[in-house]
Amino acid sequence: MSPRPTRLRKISNPPVISGFKPYGAKDNHFKADVFLQLEEYEAIRLCDYEMLNHQQASEIMNVSRPTLTRIYSKARQKLAEALVSGKQIIIEGGKIYFDSEWYSCKICGSYFNNPEKQKEITECPLCMSKNISTCDDFNYGPEEYIKQK
Amino acid sequence: MKVAITSTGNTLDSKLDQRFGRCIYFLIYDTDTKGMEFIPNPNKDAQEGAGPASVQIVASRNVKKIISGEFGIKIKSLLDSLKIQMIVIKDPEKNVGEIIKMLNQ
Repeated sequence: MSPRPTRLRKISNPPVISGFKPYGAKDNHFKADVFLQLEEYEAIRLCDYEMLNHQQASEIMNVSRPTLTRIYSKARQKLAEALVSGKQIIIEGGKIYFDSEWYSCKICGSYFNNPEKQKEITECPLCMSKNISTCDDFNYGPEEYIKQK
Repeated sequence: MKVAITSTGNTLDSKLDQRFGRCIYFLIYDTDTKGMEFIPNPNKDAQEGAGPASVQIVASRNVKKIISGEFGIKIKSLLDSLKIQMIVIKDPEKNVGEIIKMLNQ
């Protein structure tokens, strides 16, 4: 029998940065990066930053309580691994969808959502510039990330 | 169209308040008539439920956009259903006068 497909996790607040870099390393050996998935970031944000319990956090992310706990413990394991062995953290990927479509403006640096899903947003509601992009920008795959560097 | 801006004071020089539910003042700005109104937020010291109560205040003035530094998790779904657009500015140094200038461009 094939397993059930993974249910998509809801992300209410996308991260403002796409990762963390360690500094002051004693040895210069290259260490593999830790890839923190967006759903794991969201679990950390809800449980440790918003101080919600797992039941509440699981309802917000639209998964079951045991699933949330699994995502959360995996996230902590990854963070600990990065911290202890001095690895770089990259936040990306994951089985996720966004709460509402978020956009960012490249001129004034603001973020905004689209309340009317039928209409497409073409300009920033604040400075009216057309230079906007969807916030899925940080959702690069590993290959694209390396190309960017 | 009316826009709500969270403000730390009741003048145009005051900075944008980085919280939505517990901001000190709401500035309701009408982009058509250029009229503005400062409303003191009664929920600024509320223990909980400040977000939804604040949404009620601004929604009763028929605003279409809210500009703030951050929106709590309880508010997002509420504003989605009311079709109010959220605009997040992560710059605590910006004052409300500058934001109004940007809106008038």
